[in-house]
Amino acid sequence: MKQQNSIWKFFSSVKLAIFTLSFIAITSIIGTVIPQGEPHAFYVKNYGPQVAQFFKVLDIPDMYYSWWFTGLLGLLCANLIICSFDRFPAVWKIINADNLSTSPSKLEKMRESSSWTALRSTVEKLNITDLLQSSGWKAELRKIETGELFFSQKAAWSRTGVYIVHTSILVIFIGAIVGHFGGFKGNIMIPETRSSTKIFSSGTSLPLELGFEIRCDSFAIEYYDNGMVKEYKSLLTVLENGKEVLQKYIEVNKPLTYKGITFYQSSYEGYQDFIVTVKDKDSGENKTFIVPFQKQQTWEEEKIRFGIINAEALGQRVVRSKLWVKPGDSPAVIEWLEDGQDIAIKHGDKNYIVAAKQMYATGLQVAKDPGVWLVYLGCGLMLIGLYMAFFMSHKRIWLYQKMDGDDISVVLAGSTNKNKIEFSKQFAELEKQIRKSYGV
Amino acid sequence: MDSSQLLGITTFTYLFSTLLYVAILVFKAPRLGVVATLFTLVAWLIQTAGLALRWMESYQMGIGHAPLTNMYESVVFFSWTIIILYLLIEWKFKTKIIGAFAVPFAFLAMAYASFSTNISKTINPLIPALQSNWLIAHVVTCFIGYAAFAVAAGLGVMYLIKNGSKKGDQKPHGLISSLPSLETIDDIIHKTMVFGFIWLTAGIITGAVWANSAWGTYWSWDPKETWSLITWFIYAITLHARYTRGWSGTKIAYLSIFGFFAVLFTYYGVNFILSGLHSYGSN
Ligand code: HEM
Repeated sequence: MKQQNSIWKFFSSVKLAIFTLSFIAITSIIGTVIPQGEPHAFYVKNYGPQVAQFFKVLDIPDMYYSWWFTGLLGLLCANLIICSFDRFPAVWKIINADNLSTSPSKLEKMRESSSWTALRSTVEKLNITDLLQSSGWKAELRKIETGELFFSQKAAWSRTGVYIVHTSILVIFIGAIVGHFGGFKGNIMIPETRSSTKIFSSGTSLPLELGFEIRCDSFAIEYYDNGMVKEYKSLLTVLENGKEVLQKYIEVNKPLTYKGITFYQSSYEGYQDFIVTVKDKDSGENKTFIVPFQKQQTWEEEKIRFGIINAEALGQRVVRSKLWVKPGDSPAVIEWLEDGQDIAIKHGDKNYIVAAKQMYATGLQVAKDPGVWLVYLGCGLMLIGLYMAFFMSHKRIWLYQKMDGDDISVVLAGSTNKNKIEFSKQFAELEKQIRKSYGV
Repeated sequence: MDSSQLLGITTFTYLFSTLLYVAILVFKAPRLGVVATLFTLVAWLIQTAGLALRWMESYQMGIGHAPLTNMYESVVFFSWTIIILYLLIEWKFKTKIIGAFAVPFAFLAMAYASFSTNISKTINPLIPALQSNWLIAHVVTCFIGYAAFAVAAGLGVMYLIKNGSKKGDQKPHGLISSLPSLETIDDIIHKTMVFGFIWLTAGIITGAVWANSAWGTYWSWDPKETWSLITWFIYAITLHARYTRGWSGTKIAYLSIFGFFAVLFTYYGVNFILSGLHSYGSN
């Protein structure tokens, strides 16, 4: 596995990792200072033509996707992969090592090590496996030529924590690449009551076919008492071959997903037109009309005419509108209504409910990202791996005893890969207990 | 008694805590230690009550949300986290001297929150983008990380002071000698940094999940995101330098301070100097 040529050495070194991480961190600052994604003319205007040309060569306007920045990320990945190949076999060996074959002479040289002699007679009464077990160490025993060796370890697999963290970074990168090539980002403005089968790509503004139809049934803005916006809300319907298959209210933070494509509430647009809904209260029949401002409309079957003759607006938003309704030959009703409010109208023995609201278009962000689950998987792995790397350690203890005439000599040794100070204390505590059992 | 009064009191109690811890150090009066700890704990409880009350007040206003949604609230939460972290460290490592280097951060944060004219203290309803549980998770995780890095930086300063005095004088100054040993400080710096790193990681992840649920993009390289990544890299570099290249002591102490400047810039500088999606933080 280990090829010790110089290229391999270069790519597996932590020096390179520190260099690459520093270089990425420093160059990342550029894109936070120089606005990203503006047209060339913007940079010419703000930085002068020469600098703008220089930016163009180095892809500064889109630096996080530039050849050199992605190259750096690639270098980081190569470094990670090769470094892991370089080191992991040794770690795997430690995890699976036969620790009962450790030679007794090595035990005395360990960082945590202690030896003593006791009377042989104590051993007859002593069950060392039970003794270790009662201190939380589940031990194995092997009789070797010279004596008996006991061994116990905890969380050997925690040594893989670092590799889980490193792998998680690769998984996140793979997820990002899958999303970049296998998905798209787009947006669409759909007026209320209308539908669309395509959206527009965010980068290129080219239309993209959805493969189904999405309709905006309604759009509404809710406000707090102080006038701040509380919620933007759209009722969306998904249609396949003209048939409704899914209907959902979406809000910011509550998108709709269908066939891997997700629709996010992102903006809106107010129109000059109004949506007037007329309902026959007795038959329950109702009809919705799009009524341009100050134009008359008729529901022929019911012989009812209506229109919006005046409106009050705050910016783009209509607050109140003046509705004019004339059912048949009854006198016309004229009334100011809050946006969205309705009014009851009587005509002979007929009762109508008429509601008027400003017409909006809902602005949707549309995304398909087949890589997102990989990114989330990577994030989860990273947290698990970090926890293992930082808060767990591989602890090992050995106990070796050798008969020596009437005496017995004992070596207790331990090692850990992390948090040596805490382990020292733990070891001292264990030693005290065991020595006591040996009567020393 | 309303929440702003309680939080106002907290500012002064943290100042007094700071003075108590400094007094322990200057007058070598370890008996003051218990007083300082108890006083700080009480101050922290007052602040906790202040935060809880602010939470309740938002419900009384009919716009209930956790007090973690604007600059003022985040600074208060930052100082709250520093104190609880510090108290835990004091309890775990049985040393009171660190207080003189950690508690001032909490006081400064509260003083800034209380007196800066840049910061509005009113409880506002949440705009649609902020109405997400991921926001709460994001703010909590990030600020636990930031608070840990603040404590690490305080310890870094302590390390450098102790280390600096060792060289010049023949005999360590009385004041300095009461500080924990360099190895102990180094160990605690490393542990707080590791703790901060894991929380910052979680903070970046929850932020990404939130962005994805609101806009359909988990990462858009906006300045705040990029700076949090830069900060994360700085600590990742520090961890590697320590673990695999054997850096420790002075170098790590400097890095803990340097890292904290990156934290401050991510948290504060980006809002006021650069612009981006997170500009809500500035009100
Ligand atoms: C952003 C990227 C990286 C992150 C978040 C990361 C994370 C970590 C963490 C958390 C540790 C454990 C440190 C400790 O226990 O104190 C570690 C160790 C290590 N990392 Fe990375 N790492 C990254 C990139 C790299 C790269 C590119 C290399 C390539 C050489 C690398 C090589 C190592 C090595 C050799 C260790 C020590 C492993 C051991 O022997 O236990 N890391 N890394």
